Amino acid sequence: MKEKTTVEGFADNLAARNRRGMVWQALIQASTVVGIIALIALMLNIINGAYGYVAYEAKVDPDTLAVNGVALQDQSQEQLVTLLQSTLSSGAFKKLENEKPFASRSLEDVYQLVVDRIVRPQVVGVWSLWLSLTQADEIRATVAQENPDAELDFVSWLNPGFITRPQTSEPFTAGVRTAIFGSLWTILFTILVAFPIGVGAAIYLEEYASDTWLNRIIQTNINNLAGVPSIIYGILGLAIFVRTLEPLTSGEVFGLVDPTTANGRTVLSAGLTLGLLVLPIIIINAQEAIRAVPRSLRNASFGVGATKWQTVWSHVLPNALPGILTGTILAISRAIGETAPLVVVGASTAISFDPNSPFSKFTTLPIQIYQWTSRPQDEFRSLAAASILVLLVLLLSLNASAVLLRNRFSRRF
Amino acid sequence: MADLSLEKSIERKASMKNNLRRKPRWGETIIQSLLFFSGFFSIFTTLGIVYELGKEALLFFQMPEVKFLDIFTKTKWQPHTGEFGIWPLFTSTMVTTVIAMLIAIPLGLAVAIYLSEYAGPRVRSTLKPILEVLAGIPTIVYGYFALTFMTPLLRDIFGRDVVQIYNTASAGLVMGILILPLITSMTEDALSAVPRSLREAAYGMGATKLETAVQIVVPAALSGIAAAVIVGISRAIGETMIVAVAAGAGPNFTLNPFVGAETLTGHIVRISGGDLSYDSIDYNSIFALGLFLFFVTLTLNIISQQIVRRFREVYE
Repeated sequence: MKEKTTVEGFADNLAARNRRGMVWQALIQASTVVGIIALIALMLNIINGAYGYVAYEAKVDPDTLAVNGVALQDQSQEQLVTLLQSTLSSGAFKKLENEKPFASRSLEDVYQLVVDRIVRPQVVGVWSLWLSLTQADEIRATVAQENPDAELDFVSWLNPGFITRPQTSEPFTAGVRTAIFGSLWTILFTILVAFPIGVGAAIYLEEYASDTWLNRIIQTNINNLAGVPSIIYGILGLAIFVRTLEPLTSGEVFGLVDPTTANGRTVLSAGLTLGLLVLPIIIINAQEAIRAVPRSLRNASFGVGATKWQTVWSHVLPNALPGILTGTILAISRAIGETAPLVVVGASTAISFDPNSPFSKFTTLPIQIYQWTSRPQDEFRSLAAASILVLLVLLLSLNASAVLLRNRFSRRF
Repeated sequence: MADLSLEKSIERKASMKNNLRRKPRWGETIIQSLLFFSGFFSIFTTLGIVYELGKEALLFFQMPEVKFLDIFTKTKWQPHTGEFGIWPLFTSTMVTTVIAMLIAIPLGLAVAIYLSEYAGPRVRSTLKPILEVLAGIPTIVYGYFALTFMTPLLRDIFGRDVVQIYNTASAGLVMGILILPLITSMTEDALSAVPRSLREAAYGMGATKLETAVQIVVPAALSGIAAAVIVGISRAIGETMIVAVAAGAGPNFTLNPFVGAETLTGHIVRISGGDLSYDSIDYNSIFALGLFLFFVTLTLNIISQQIVRRFREVYE
């Protein structure tokens, strides 16, 4: 090696070194491709589950329910109500009437009830989109052979009805409206708690805090809280909001106690828990935004005699606002996707009525996905895939608005 | 005219002097204390976690069924029959974490090196949003992916009698994909912080691109990379929904990745999913497990921060 400083020696080695460089570069690029493939597989897998053939048998053939040659779907509301009254037991009918009087129900609602309670379609087979496209003939043959009475339809599990219907236990009539409203109510309280406190904390740490041990502890603590697993926040929420503060979170202190919303497992508890969860993220993002506002702006403001708060309020905050909002939106989309803490706090497994106050029982989109995914039947997996699409569209639009906000309003100094 | 302006300026000076006297500004003080309270609020969160978890965990340890020594020596966790050995929950957490890191560390490092050393600006500007999308997908979606894609795939490859429907391997693999963007972005930050001059010096000595990346840039950014790996491990240990959906229900003392086994987090979710009554042994046990989880992840996070602080190479 010592005397091999000649050009030839260097060149000899060079070929091997370059070859090794090429091989590793290929490996590195391949790893990147693997990452992209994973994302594509994830997306395709969801779409694969959300569409496809479904075979179902009706307990009662809708054709036999036609009155005077008028098909079921063309009948008037009175006819449908009469049908329900004559078919269902009087107890079941009364229960429906008590939930919501038939007079005030819409035609679609009543029709849905007829399908639900009388026609009662039962799923006998579900096929993924891939199978439905590649093996349509085999599927038709199998269904014709094994379930001659069954209807075979190509369905999109994600359809307008799916989004607007409340949750039920029947795959054909189940929807995510309850879950969407649950998510929105929960997030409302998350924002109400986390945004003011988070921005306040960021302003304190960036503008007011001097370098004392207390402020250093606060900063370190926030950084550490950002790394705490979300399920820990769920346990904390269970202990504090659900149990200790039960009179408050169940609405008892406001005299609003609702017999159905037992024991503090309410929208309010869930929102507060998620608020604690996203607080450190909001603080850290807001701090970065505030730090990006140049010193000179503050000095100019002080120079014309503004007080500290006047400077912060009129100069620092307006300039940091796009950054703060972007960070908050990202934190909120994290909160919307959270599942584990809400399971621990006690999301309800089966509610069909929209939450209408902070003290309602709740379910959210991710909880709904979790429950449907956990069920062994394929039709519920398909429902889970459809609700994942709803959730992803929601998150994507939130993220897109964050990016727009950043590009449109952020100022460079 | 001159007298008048002089008089005015004297008057103005007097009034300015009045203004400049330090007077108590109550509004400012109130606002400042409100802001301080907001900042201090996060301390309450930490104290709340430690206090509430500690309190209930203490109740758990005081229960007659629970023997402190058994927790670390027994290999069964069955709250209903009074068996409390943490090992089955621990081994499954370890299996999923190790599998996840086997995926996430090499891939994450490779993608980060590619992004910071090889990729041109156009590739970077398409790849980084993809990583951000991956990072922004809720974990429950990864859980669905593990159960409906990874598990059937594993069962097709290794055979249906080898791989159970619920298994820790598929949960671990998908968790690796979940953690990949985290490790990539932290590592890439560390690599980008290495100054250009170091690379140019290496090229000047005749080093190839690979040699520059692996022998110069990566060692210079090693503290950041180590921190990223540790944060990744901490994230994998605390990850919940993927294992809750795909890894199976019921603690199982095994290191076989193809059978179902419940992790720490998966157990907490399943136990609290039903109607949990207060002061039951189940209720108290999730607090004890939560406290354990909290300290493990906190320790890892603190180690990671210390590594960055202590071993960071500072360039001018």
